[in-house]
Amino acid sequence: MSVPDLPFWAALPVALFLLLGAGLTLTGSLGLLRLGSFYERVHAPTLGTTLGIGCVLIASMLCFSVLQTRPVLHEVLIAVFVTITTPVTLMLLARAALYRDRHEGNRQVPPAVPPSENCRDGR
Amino acid sequence: MRRVLPYPLLTAGLLLLWLLLSQSMAPGSVVLGAVLALGASWALVPLRPPKARFRRPGVALRLALIVLSDIIRSNVAVARIILNPRRRDRRSGFVRIPLEMRNPYGLATLACIITATPGTIWVEFDSAAGTVLIHVLDLIEEETWIQIIKGRYERRLMEIFE
Repeated sequence: MSVPDLPFWAALPVALFLLLGAGLTLTGSLGLLRLGSFYERVHAPTLGTTLGIGCVLIASMLCFSVLQTRPVLHEVLIAVFVTITTPVTLMLLARAALYRDRHEGNRQVPPAVPPSENCRDGR
Repeated sequence: MRRVLPYPLLTAGLLLLWLLLSQSMAPGSVVLGAVLALGASWALVPLRPPKARFRRPGVALRLALIVLSDIIRSNVAVARIILNPRRRDRRSGFVRIPLEMRNPYGLATLACIITATPGTIWVEFDSAAGTVLIHVLDLIEEETWIQIIKGRYERRLMEIFE
C-alpha cells in the first residue's frame, strides 16, 4: 500500500497551520514556566486549547480533505468538545486556589462577599 | 408535539453530531442517529433542566464572530506577554463585575467565552449579589474590562437567552 502524496499547494498551508498551532501550544507551555503566580499561570495553557488546537485541526481538515478528495469535517467536534470542557477544568482549579488562599488569609486575593449579603435569596 | 420531541434543538444537535462522527449521510446512519438523538432527549425529560429559550440566531452569529476575533487577538497578546518577560510594568489582578444577566444558560456561555479567551478567567459567580469575579492577566484599567464584558458579551447574550 502506497501513501498518497499531498500536492504542494496543500502541503504548504497544512505545514504552516501545524507549525503555528504547535508554536502557540509551546508558547503556552513556556508560560507555565515563566509566569509568576498561580493565577497568572492558569492563563498560559489556554493558548494551546484555543488557537493552538484550532490551527492543528484546520491543518488536519485540509490535509485529509485533499487526500481523500471529500470534505472531512469531524475535527469540528474536537474543537467543540475542547472549547466546552477546558473552561470547566480551569474554573475548578482557579476556584480551588482562591478557596485555599482565602482560607490561609492571603491578602493578595479579594475577600468573599460577606455572608450577610448572601442570605438575601434565602440560602 | 412536546411529547414526541421535547427538546428539538438538542435532538437536531445530537443528530448532527452523530452524522459528523460516523462521517456518512447514508439513510441507515441518519435513521440510527435520529433514533439515538430522540432517545437521548427523552432521557433528559425526567431530569427537568431549566427552560431554555434561544432567539435571534443573527445576534448569536455576530457574537460568535466577535468571540472568534477576540480569541485570536488575545492569543497574540498573551503570547507576547509570555515571550517578552522584560516588560515589568504589566500587572495582573482580579476584577469584580456586576452583571444583569440571570439566565443560567447565558451565564454558562459567558463563563465559557471569558475562560476560552486567553488572558481572562472566570473565577466565581455570586448569584445573590449578581457579580462575577474574573482574573485578568494584563489588567490595564478595571473600568475598561467591565465595559468590555458588559458591552461586548453580556448585552448580546441577554438578547439571545432572555
